[in-house]
Amino acid sequence: MDAVWGDNTAQNIAFYIIAAVMIVAALRVVTTKNVVHAALYLVAVLVGIAGQFILLGAEFIAATQLLVYVGAIVVLFLFGIMLTRAQLGKDRDVDGSNAQKWSGGFVALILLVVMGYAIYGTDGMTDVELVEERVQTISQVSDSIFSTYIVPFEAVSVLLLAALIGAIVLARRD
Amino acid sequence: MLLANFLMLSSILFCIGVYGVLARKNAVMVLMSIELILNAVNINLVAFGVAGPAVDISGHVFALFIIAIAAAEVGVGLAMVLLIYRNRSSIDLDDLDLMKG
Repeated sequence: MDAVWGDNTAQNIAFYIIAAVMIVAALRVVTTKNVVHAALYLVAVLVGIAGQFILLGAEFIAATQLLVYVGAIVVLFLFGIMLTRAQLGKDRDVDGSNAQKWSGGFVALILLVVMGYAIYGTDGMTDVELVEERVQTISQVSDSIFSTYIVPFEAVSVLLLAALIGAIVLARRD
Repeated sequence: MLLANFLMLSSILFCIGVYGVLARKNAVMVLMSIELILNAVNINLVAFGVAGPAVDISGHVFALFIIAIAAAEVGVGLAMVLLIYRNRSSIDLDDLDLMKG
């Protein structure tokens, strides 16, 4: 019989705490007027997601998340903010018009209702428990990447090279 | 832990990201919101990887691919934002109305 995680109260409490922090930080990312603060709140969301990955037993992805997102992408964002000379402190000019805000909020709310209905309205969806036996080790992940998914993996390497060259060509000064 | 909790968390983050993409007009902020969307999808993929009757590694692998592609996307995206800033001294997306849309 598979052991289910549902009985573990500590994990559930950890999930809810991390989720609450992430949602508040994500809301601040899209509402704050300060560009640098938005990048720092983004760090909170990304670290929270790494925490959720650890709860899901995906340590390797959690480590990758921390290294790539928090270590590289956020630094890249800070470089972007710096090089486009965003105002330090409050910047009145980061939000769209009120019409944009209302329509954006409306679309996001409708989307949330539809997805919530898809999750909670589907028969049997709400009582699917996550199963500890399904947790995969790093060796299984690497076996899978280098056998079943070898072609996409090579495609991703070529894509990264193309992105690297593209970014250099675009951003260099002549 | 219930699968539905993770799916709902990911939906909420996804919708917050969609709101950010639609409501912001600073190009760097829009890129940050796109990161929120991509990360929301990653939670979904990893959560589905540990649910269900069959052992399936695809969720983990696809999450890794998305992380790699997001890195490439941000690199090129910020380079383009930089180019726009250099040409127009502004990264206000409302100013980019050359196509008269």
